[in-house]
Amino acid sequence: MKQWFRSGTPWIWLTGGAVTISIVMVVGLLSLIAVRGLSHFWPGNVAEVEITNFRTGEVSSVMGEIVRSETITATLAREGGNPIDEGQDLVTRYLFKQGNRDQLGTDFVWHFGNTMETVNYPQGAFVVERREWGNFYGFPVALMTDGLITVTADDEAFPAQLSVALERAISRANEQRQIERREVGRINTAMERIRLELRGMELQGSDEAQVAARRAELEQQTAALDAEYDVLRQQMDALQQERRRDALVMRMTDGREVTLNLSTIIAITQPNDMSLMAKFGQYFAKIWEFLTTEPREANTEGGIFPAIFGTITMVFIMSIMVTPFGILAAIYLREYAKQGPLTRIIRISVYNLAGVPSIVFGVFGLGFFVYFLGGNIDRIFYEAALPSPTYGTPGLFWASLTLALLTLPVVIVSTEEGLARIPSTVRQGSLALGATKSETLWRVVVPLATPGMMTGLILAIARAAGEVAPLMLVGVVKLAPNLPVDGEFPFIHLERKIMHLGFHIFDVGFQSPNVEASRPLVYATALVLVLLIVMLNLTAISIRNRLREKYRSDSD
Amino acid sequence: MTDFTASSLRPKRESRLPSAELRAKRRRIRMFKNGFSRWGITAAGFGVVLSLATIFIYLFYEVMPIFKGAEVTHEVTFQLPGESPSLHLTIERYQELGLNFDASGQVTFFELESGSVRYQDRVTANDGASISTFAKAEDIGGLVGFAYNDGSVNLARAEYAVTFPDDQRLITPSLARPYGREPIQLDPEGQAITQMAIQENTRGARSAILVGYTRDERYVTARLTTRENLFTGDVETQVTKGVLPALPAAPVSILVDKDMRSVFVADTAGYLHYIDIRNPREPELVHSIRAAEGEYITAMDFLVGSVSIIVGTDKGTLSQWFLVRDDENNRVLVRIRDFKSHQAAITHIAPEHTRKGFIVGDAQGTIGVHYGTSARTLLQQQLQDGPVQSLALSPVNRRLIVLDEANNLQVNELWNRHPQISFSAMWNKVWYEGRSDPEYIWQSSSASDEFESKFSLVPLSIGTLKAAFFAMLFAMPLAIMGAIYTAYFMTPKLRGMVKPTIEIMEALPTVILGFLAGLWLAPFMENNLPAVFSLLIGMPIVMLLMAFLWRYLPAMLRNRVPDGWEAAILVPVVLVFGWSMVTLSPYVEIWFFDGSMRQWFTDNGITYDQRNAMVVGVAMGFAVIPTIYSIAEDAVFNVPRHLTQGSLALGATPWQTVLGVVIPTASPGIFSAIMIGFGRAVGETMIVLMATGNSPIVNFNIFEGMRTLSANIAVELPETAVGSTHFRILFLAALVLLTFTFILNTIAEVVRQRLRKRYSSL
Repeated sequence: MKQWFRSGTPWIWLTGGAVTISIVMVVGLLSLIAVRGLSHFWPGNVAEVEITNFRTGEVSSVMGEIVRSETITATLAREGGNPIDEGQDLVTRYLFKQGNRDQLGTDFVWHFGNTMETVNYPQGAFVVERREWGNFYGFPVALMTDGLITVTADDEAFPAQLSVALERAISRANEQRQIERREVGRINTAMERIRLELRGMELQGSDEAQVAARRAELEQQTAALDAEYDVLRQQMDALQQERRRDALVMRMTDGREVTLNLSTIIAITQPNDMSLMAKFGQYFAKIWEFLTTEPREANTEGGIFPAIFGTITMVFIMSIMVTPFGILAAIYLREYAKQGPLTRIIRISVYNLAGVPSIVFGVFGLGFFVYFLGGNIDRIFYEAALPSPTYGTPGLFWASLTLALLTLPVVIVSTEEGLARIPSTVRQGSLALGATKSETLWRVVVPLATPGMMTGLILAIARAAGEVAPLMLVGVVKLAPNLPVDGEFPFIHLERKIMHLGFHIFDVGFQSPNVEASRPLVYATALVLVLLIVMLNLTAISIRNRLREKYRSDSD
Repeated sequence: MTDFTASSLRPKRESRLPSAELRAKRRRIRMFKNGFSRWGITAAGFGVVLSLATIFIYLFYEVMPIFKGAEVTHEVTFQLPGESPSLHLTIERYQELGLNFDASGQVTFFELESGSVRYQDRVTANDGASISTFAKAEDIGGLVGFAYNDGSVNLARAEYAVTFPDDQRLITPSLARPYGREPIQLDPEGQAITQMAIQENTRGARSAILVGYTRDERYVTARLTTRENLFTGDVETQVTKGVLPALPAAPVSILVDKDMRSVFVADTAGYLHYIDIRNPREPELVHSIRAAEGEYITAMDFLVGSVSIIVGTDKGTLSQWFLVRDDENNRVLVRIRDFKSHQAAITHIAPEHTRKGFIVGDAQGTIGVHYGTSARTLLQQQLQDGPVQSLALSPVNRRLIVLDEANNLQVNELWNRHPQISFSAMWNKVWYEGRSDPEYIWQSSSASDEFESKFSLVPLSIGTLKAAFFAMLFAMPLAIMGAIYTAYFMTPKLRGMVKPTIEIMEALPTVILGFLAGLWLAPFMENNLPAVFSLLIGMPIVMLLMAFLWRYLPAMLRNRVPDGWEAAILVPVVLVFGWSMVTLSPYVEIWFFDGSMRQWFTDNGITYDQRNAMVVGVAMGFAVIPTIYSIAEDAVFNVPRHLTQGSLALGATPWQTVLGVVIPTASPGIFSAIMIGFGRAVGETMIVLMATGNSPIVNFNIFEGMRTLSANIAVELPETAVGSTHFRILFLAALVLLTFTFILNTIAEVVRQRLRKRYSSL
């Protein structure tokens, strides 16, 4: 035994254990996110169960999805006010998603296992996804049109009629939204432009006759726009009326009947009656919906499309800015700068900036870019819009610029590495053939170093996509009313605020009014972000490895 | 025979080369391109380096103003309108008008630019009475009182109506009498009031208190409460009178606080007295103290909030006092701090309206700009020859007027933007108002104007170090041991999979780690505390046990798995042990901790927050592990093979080789790995933001949270006013972070480069 210890074998095992723990943690973390994130979209069965209230002895019925369960000690349960029998040490409790927040007050509720009768999964239970108040769980009673019952749930025609009515309501809603977004948005932009032009003329104090003429013209335009708006308003009102025509009468598990207007409903499913195939279909449809729709209800429901779009737009603009400068700076440091102590200091400093806390870049971005540069830009170019700032407030452009600064060292380091790996024989060969330095550089060296630059860029993108702290200061918000790219001139709106996957996680996870409802969304969002970043990194790693192999064989 | 001559005699073939001019032109173009690319790249390179340097420069530029003192610029001097002498001067908040209360009872509003009179009014006295003294309440309310030689007092307040005819600001001053036009009889015996203090409570129903000292050496008080008649709108004032205990010497100055609980009297013998008037019927002299040996008090006033008293003496010393509970739970006056002395007796003290600063004038015409919390003296400058008769400060601290004995009023512009910060206020304990001891506190803002900002960077720095310390405690053993194993013992095949996995771990966004730590890990740990501890202690033991058992497994099985797969063998062991500990956790709680370990902690006096340093340590450790791991692994892996092989050839075991050869050679690399990991832990924002309660506390308890510099910036910067002291101090925090990590990284980088050189020479 003593000798065994002296040989050092146990310590080798121990160091091996350190690797094991690290790997188990990484894999565990990734699978935790994956499982929690993916399971959210599965159409879970709706359970109905009788609960005995331990204080009053009353029996009531609870209906909803069982989200999770946990086992706690009896002491804790007793502290929570639940009388547990002596002798029982552990209790299991179940978290029900009972929905119906407008009726019941809370949509998530814990119940102790010892108060529950057997769980059954009733046929014909409806899960109604609504625009407000979360899901509704219950049984259908009848369909109403203009306040009169047209068909009851036991009628054979009910499912068909319901789906027709629902489709109609949804398509009206979409039309209405289309008008609101496109047409009304266009009118608003035009009005704002007129207001700014008037204000600009006032500020410049140009020739009065001209101003008066232009003013009259603009006022005419305003009147035309107003008229156009009135027409749209009427259209929308009509649509609103039509949407509200039908309603669905539902019965909750406690027997109460609730009328849901179809205009408030997004989708209806019956998970208890679905086949496995149908469930899979529903599952992928839900995932698709999550990726492509906008968030609802203070980000606790709906999709994350604006966040994905915002992240990608921001990263894209950042790449456009960081790539040329990073590469040129690296070429300068490696090829042109005199390799003395000064260059060495500069190089170390640049490398070190990669390790500087990102929040520092955020502070710099807020102070220098937003308030200093942005403030001056506003004063010079957007005077008419003041005091409401255009660029003097956090926005897409400043976020991208800050991240570009943050990732600049990454690109420089990686490009320099790529340049350093190119054997000097290649360079000398080119020079010996009479090429100038710039020709050698641009025709021989840079093409060979391209993979290094690509690696740098991908790593920069991966870092930028996951960075949150600086963005909180320079342009990311919890809910942006508009996407940064749309059909309005100039198409890319650099001054707009954006949504971002990472910040979305922070906001939904920690500042949400309904923690339980938003929790699965956080996991799902995290999964999307992780996948994005892992994919980018794997690409970078594989490029790097291929590169290494290539030059190892070249230089031998 | 070949005919050479013939061929050489053949006419010369046209050269394929372009003509000489064309070639020259092309050469010029090539040279131009070469030069262009050279200059372009150099410019871009310089540009990038400069823009990175801008970060440092800009942060410095934003931070510098907080260390700047105050500045006074003379604007204009004129004869003060109104009769001499002046009793009190004020400036309204737009700094357009000044106001002079003079000894004849006349109130003059005048323009600060020129001295021309805008409006005059007069408070009415009883017939035949003349003004005997004057007092002012806190400047924000602006209530003043004239006392008369018949024992009566008349109260007034300046009011300013602001209108914008023709887009031009117009201020219309007037004099209001919130407690009625008629004088109020303060002394029932009708004696002249020679000293007086007044104070007004602006919260809730309007009420005021008057404290007067009569010519026959009595202290009298009156509490005024107003009631508005709902029908007529008339204001009815009720007066409740009282007396205070006698004091041995005549007063120099009397103060009464805003809560109407305490009266402070400075007397001619140089004593400060504290009289408790919480019970109006039984006022009690609680505490008397000599302000300073051999010095006599010449001026005294409250700082805003009427908690702190500034006392000035005939020798020019200035000190701050407030009530503190002593060991016997009595409230006593304590000298909190001293300010830079003046050369002559203090004649006037003017507190700032919204901060804990004040300006004093002395008998030599010098003014001093001081600040309470930071104990800073921002300026001492002689403005005139004679004594300062009176001075006033505008509510926004931008203008200062100084009056000399000849009634000349000097109007000055004042720059005093950032007095709250000094090195000692940030890094030393500071005695804040209402606290029983000097403390380190970070509390940057509150709803009230009278709030004393507490900008101690110590809690934040401690929090930062605490978070980084626990993260390193978790990460260092795992990362370094893992690196040694991966680089030296692990089979190449396994290494090819493990390394990329851990590199992916490095790329994981910290916001994901933070949210998992806050939403999943923190409650998990809280519910499974026994599992957490048994895993920490048990994991290494179980691993050693496995290693020991491995020796006794049948050789056939053992030979199947070559060396270098230990880590893989341990995977099921770790999983099973982890799972069983978590499953056992509730039983352990039942058997040893009465069913709840958390409750047990609380019962034993240990504070346990759900989001604590342990959670942060694990989550941030997780973020730091890959950083340390990959650098350390590189260092170990690149130890020249001939060194290790030599050691093994000499008969050392692999482990002895690791201890004796590999680690000493690679130690600089491991050191730099730790440095860089530490730098990352110090600056990490999102994990700390999400996995702690962000309370700025000063301790190293693993079960409590913390607030770090970086999280503090993220929380507070979006909500602070641009250019304010708070804004700049957050920039300072960013600068501190930047400098700190920059130095750490530089050390690490230099060490690493040296190591590389050494490896190549070995």
